[in-house]
Amino acid sequence: MHSTEYDSELVKAGASAQGAFGQTAYFLRRYPLGAIGAVIMALFVLAALFADFITAYSPLSTDAALSLAAPSRAHWLGADYMGRDIYSRIVYGARISLAVGLGSTGLGCALGVVVGLVSGYLGGWVDLIAQRVMDILQALPLLVLALVMAAALGPSLWNTIFAISIPLIPAIARVIRSNTLALRELAFVEAAQAIGMSELRIAARHILPNTVAPLIVLATAQLGAAILTEASLSFLGLGIPEPHPSWGRMLSESAAEYIRTAPWLVIFPGLAISLVVFGTNLLGDALRDILDPRERG
Amino acid sequence: MDTHDPMPPVLDVAGLRTMFFTRQGLLRAVDDVSFSVARGEVLAVVGESGCGKSITALSIMRLVPSPPGRIVGGSVTLDGRDLLKLDEAQMRGVRGNEMSMIFQEPMTSLNPVLTVGSQISEAIRLHQDLSRAAAADKAVEMLRRVKIPEPAQRAREFPHQLSGGMRQRAMIAMALACNPKVLIADEPTTALDVTIQAQILELILRLQQDLGTAVILITHDLGVVAETAQRVIVMYAGRKIEEADVGALFAEPLHPYTHGLLASVPRLAIMSGQVQAAQERLQEIPGMVPPLTNLPTGCAFAPRCRFADAQCRAAFPPYTQPRRGHWVACWHSERLYGAGA
Repeated sequence: MHSTEYDSELVKAGASAQGAFGQTAYFLRRYPLGAIGAVIMALFVLAALFADFITAYSPLSTDAALSLAAPSRAHWLGADYMGRDIYSRIVYGARISLAVGLGSTGLGCALGVVVGLVSGYLGGWVDLIAQRVMDILQALPLLVLALVMAAALGPSLWNTIFAISIPLIPAIARVIRSNTLALRELAFVEAAQAIGMSELRIAARHILPNTVAPLIVLATAQLGAAILTEASLSFLGLGIPEPHPSWGRMLSESAAEYIRTAPWLVIFPGLAISLVVFGTNLLGDALRDILDPRERG
Repeated sequence: MDTHDPMPPVLDVAGLRTMFFTRQGLLRAVDDVSFSVARGEVLAVVGESGCGKSITALSIMRLVPSPPGRIVGGSVTLDGRDLLKLDEAQMRGVRGNEMSMIFQEPMTSLNPVLTVGSQISEAIRLHQDLSRAAAADKAVEMLRRVKIPEPAQRAREFPHQLSGGMRQRAMIAMALACNPKVLIADEPTTALDVTIQAQILELILRLQQDLGTAVILITHDLGVVAETAQRVIVMYAGRKIEEADVGALFAEPLHPYTHGLLASVPRLAIMSGQVQAAQERLQEIPGMVPPLTNLPTGCAFAPRCRFADAQCRAAFPPYTQPRRGHWVACWHSERLYGAGA
């Protein structure tokens, strides 16, 4: 006997999702991995925002007596060789990671979108020149760029953000350009021309919204990558300068010397980095599915 | 033209030439095409794929993709203004405002990420100084005029939530929102199924009568022509070869190509076997349309024409008017009926 369970099928399809709670419940059921990613990212952002309220110690205050202290009730994740509380430093480090991640992704996206849109929509020699410039940017090794910038301008938050955003520009520009190339051949562009719309307006109002979905997916993936890159740069001493708590620097300070004697110095910052990158990737995948306009009800 | 039509033409196209400069060579997509449309008139442009119908329409709108295309000659006069002499900004003020176009593909002619209403009100706001809210109201009103049920609700929906016929209605609403003098409909019903086709054509005709818009209807469907148009232009290989009132053209085509075209339309009598077996097979025009990059000198139809002779192959025939208001470009149009066919 086949009897279709209409009600349960409808529930599965989200028909009953009403109100904020129902929508959330539907989202959880439909994209469980995306929900995990969203929770991780929410915790990360909340930690960065409310770092002052959820930590008991300053991330910068040292205490010789606590040097390399193991995790305890007072210091949940232990303390480093200068006696600074690891938990506090990780929470405050979230601010740096978030600032670098958002800052460099935002900067890279803004420039990449402009270049990609102009290059793809106008085509011709504009496209040719823009793409060669992108080739040059892509050929610049990130570490060398960051090294030169750190050497010339001194390591700082802004230099780090700028250095990380440079290789993002060609990556974003390529995606936007290829989308634009495909989109500008579609009938709605011709229809927009036929109602008397200017080229610039068509690019901004009709092409750009159609590339937002791939852009957001790419940007979330790049957010994780940017955080990871910041950690690498700081690990090499090219990123955020002392005494600011950067996850990468926390790793680099302790990895070689203390991994055997005080492994918590390495494990917890490493976990923080992995967790956030994992979260951005899960969220990015779910966003890709959700942002497809055909999925919208 | 003579006293044939009483209304002064709102759009007059004279000697229009559009060429594509391609690697394969010079492609004469539209060659010396002239016609005019009066207010409230429906002019059909017929011909098979690649005969230059759509490029004629795009040339009038000045939307020919350039490069490789370019309008190299002629004039397009809309209400006394030569559109080919306007600059791009002035031309944008004409498009969608004084002259609109609807396309063959309703499925892709609307932007998938914007609501239907916002796209229509955007078209209105490009040309009229209306507030956002007023334009949105007008968009809903236009959707109501094109007989979309629940227009206020539909205006908030995305194109993928509408059927093909609905989307074409929305396109018509957008095209007519600024009350243009001329509407160019490029195969507006080709992508729709037959019942919807009839509804859309009826809608275009009714709005055209209400608003007094002149319509240029581009199609390859002779049935559509017979139902809707007052006058017909037949194009072949980038040239106009015949122009007549719709009745005259269907009753007595004067160009061998038009004759062949009409003979190749399936008729109920043939399909139901009421005529002799010898004629049962549908007539066809032998041969192929010559490639536009390599047109023969003289009449392009000559290689497929049973009346063709040296004269046809030497020079393109002049436009003659064997009957009042019925123009044809053929050296031998009298032979069609004279030979006792």
